[in-house]
Amino acid sequence: METLTEIIRFINFSFSYSGSNSPILKNINLLIEEGDFVLLVGPSGCGKSTLLRCINGLIPHLYNGVYEGEVIVDGEPVKNKSVNELATKVGFVFQNPENQIFMFSVEKDIVFGLENIGLDKTEIDDRLSWVLRALDIEHLRYKPPYELSDGQKQRVAIAGVLAMKPKILILDEPTSLLDPRTALEFISLLKELNRKFGLTIIAVEHRIDLLTNVANRMVVMDKGEIVFNGCLKDVIENKNLNLHGVNVPPVIALQNYLRNEGFIFDAFYLNVKEFSKEIKRRLLEID
Amino acid sequence: MIEVESLYFKYPLANDYVLKDINLKIGLGEVVGIMGGNGSGKTTLIKHFNGLLKPTKGFVRIFGKDTREESVAYFSKKVGLVFQNPGHQIFSDTVWNEIAFALKNFGFEEEIINKRVKWALEFFNLTQYKDMSPLLLSGGEKKRLCLASVLAWNPDFIILDEPTVGQDFLQKEKLIEIIKMLITQNKTVIVVSHDVEFIWLLQPRLILISNGTIVKDGDCKSIFKDNSILEKCGITKPQLVELYDELYPLIEQPPVDVIEAYSMILKLLRGLK
Ligand SMILES: Nc1ncnc2c1ncn2[C@@H]1O[C@H](COP(=O)(O)OP(=O)(O)OP(=O)(O)O)[C@@H](O)[C@H]1O
Ligand SMILES: Nc1ncnc2c1ncn2[C@@H]1O[C@H](COP(=O)(O)OP(=O)(O)O)[C@@H](O)[C@H]1O
Ligand SMILES: [Mg+2]
Ligand SMILES: [Mg+2]
Repeated sequence: METLTEIIRFINFSFSYSGSNSPILKNINLLIEEGDFVLLVGPSGCGKSTLLRCINGLIPHLYNGVYEGEVIVDGEPVKNKSVNELATKVGFVFQNPENQIFMFSVEKDIVFGLENIGLDKTEIDDRLSWVLRALDIEHLRYKPPYELSDGQKQRVAIAGVLAMKPKILILDEPTSLLDPRTALEFISLLKELNRKFGLTIIAVEHRIDLLTNVANRMVVMDKGEIVFNGCLKDVIENKNLNLHGVNVPPVIALQNYLRNEGFIFDAFYLNVKEFSKEIKRRLLEID
Repeated sequence: MIEVESLYFKYPLANDYVLKDINLKIGLGEVVGIMGGNGSGKTTLIKHFNGLLKPTKGFVRIFGKDTREESVAYFSKKVGLVFQNPGHQIFSDTVWNEIAFALKNFGFEEEIINKRVKWALEFFNLTQYKDMSPLLLSGGEKKRLCLASVLAWNPDFIILDEPTVGQDFLQKEKLIEIIKMLITQNKTVIVVSHDVEFIWLLQPRLILISNGTIVKDGDCKSIFKDNSILEKCGITKPQLVELYDELYPLIEQPPVDVIEAYSMILKLLRGLK
């Protein structure tokens, strides 16, 4: 059996921004293990981005507020570490890529972070060409950020974070601006990084159909609290997910309807191919 | 009516055209979807629809008026554009003032302004934030605020660039409801989106753009059956179309929503029992 190691833990954690009249996160207890791929979902405004900011230390170091309980990342409380220290471990792709790109060209933007952590020239070149290829942005290499389309900016933001080879990767709606093909390619890249290198990934995503085949855990939040937390296959079967603002993919919703009607399935099919195969198998059986 | 005729466009310092020979007519009462790869020119195109960008060559006319002949403010009253990035649109100190801002600019009376702002706040679940700074809203909430601000001044054309970003299930359903309501009022809604599931639910007239040109302009259902064109534009299939592909000829048409898919499958399973 694999031994699992804790990498992130929230302990009786609550937070409210100074100025907000009610707590944004309430009594969060959450354990994430090394190599987990967590899909974090919940209605708009429920506190997902806030939760993520607590992992990379933006909270409490850059946002003021009432901070109760503890968040432990890689063995140490976040509040005892600086944002810079955390940044070497935790890669963070923001919801809005414009908050992330600062330099005058795509290349400079990616290289900046690498130079900052003191890598040598060959390592920097290797990583640069890897991410330029991985995100298919070689043709944008010398462009300034203001000449990029929204999706191109998102790709550059992702590339900059991947190049840093963090231990934990946090993505706040990373595919929202990517075109469908690029989104799929990016998800399979994430899958590879997760499976091959044990990268721990936490992704907030509303288009959850993209991630149901790659994430192993699912956490559902509502009004600042965690309402479901577990193995993705178990959580996604829950019939009330849409009440918590979750975009249940059609193939899942369909199985819920059929189950309600009394049809029994051995498994819960996460993609259309497997589900259709099962339907066809049944039809043959009836014949 | 928006008319685009032989439109070519390039950004001032660039060498290449970003839009090439675009021809298009969009009338009132239509739902139009625009899809295409990153950098294919979608945002650049819709910025021509309220005069924000002017053609390098060719024409764009809005209700017969050449966009080169009037100000953006003039066209904005008729064509409301909601940007992908809320940061480019939000300027006021409170959520209430943000919605009231354009209404004041367009010279509406105080009483009407108050009514419209109230309606928009309620419709988009933003009333509780009315005195808060828009900068403190979550990403999805900011997005709704931009939508509320534009709908409040009641333009004839509403253009939404990536409206589902940051929106949960309930908000997406609401968005579809709003779009349908706007159509019944003979308004036109143009949606730029990468969200194939959302586009499928809308069933719009669909325009596919690749590399600055329109490669297809037609009915959403037939386009999503056309594998080669989807491949060319990097567009994946919605799950319900995939289901149709897998089960054809057991089901004859792709279902438009889950309820329809359910009744089709139920029939299959029951019919043969
Ligand atoms: N201000 C600008 N100056 C120069 N080039 C630009 C500028 N804005 C966009 N471009 C370029 O024009 C092309 C089209 O950009 P546009 O923003 O219209 O794409 P898009 O189809 O909306 O893409 P996305 O799906 O990523 O939003 C891209 O290649 C982009 O790099
Ligand atoms: N800097 C801030 N100051 C005060 N309130 C904030 C701030 N950022 C977010 N909020 C509020 O906290 C709540 C949760 O926001 P967020 O974590 O961004 O939600 P989500 O990512 O789930 O959409 C929202 O109601 C939002 O208005
Ligand atoms: Mg968020
Ligand atoms: Mg765009």
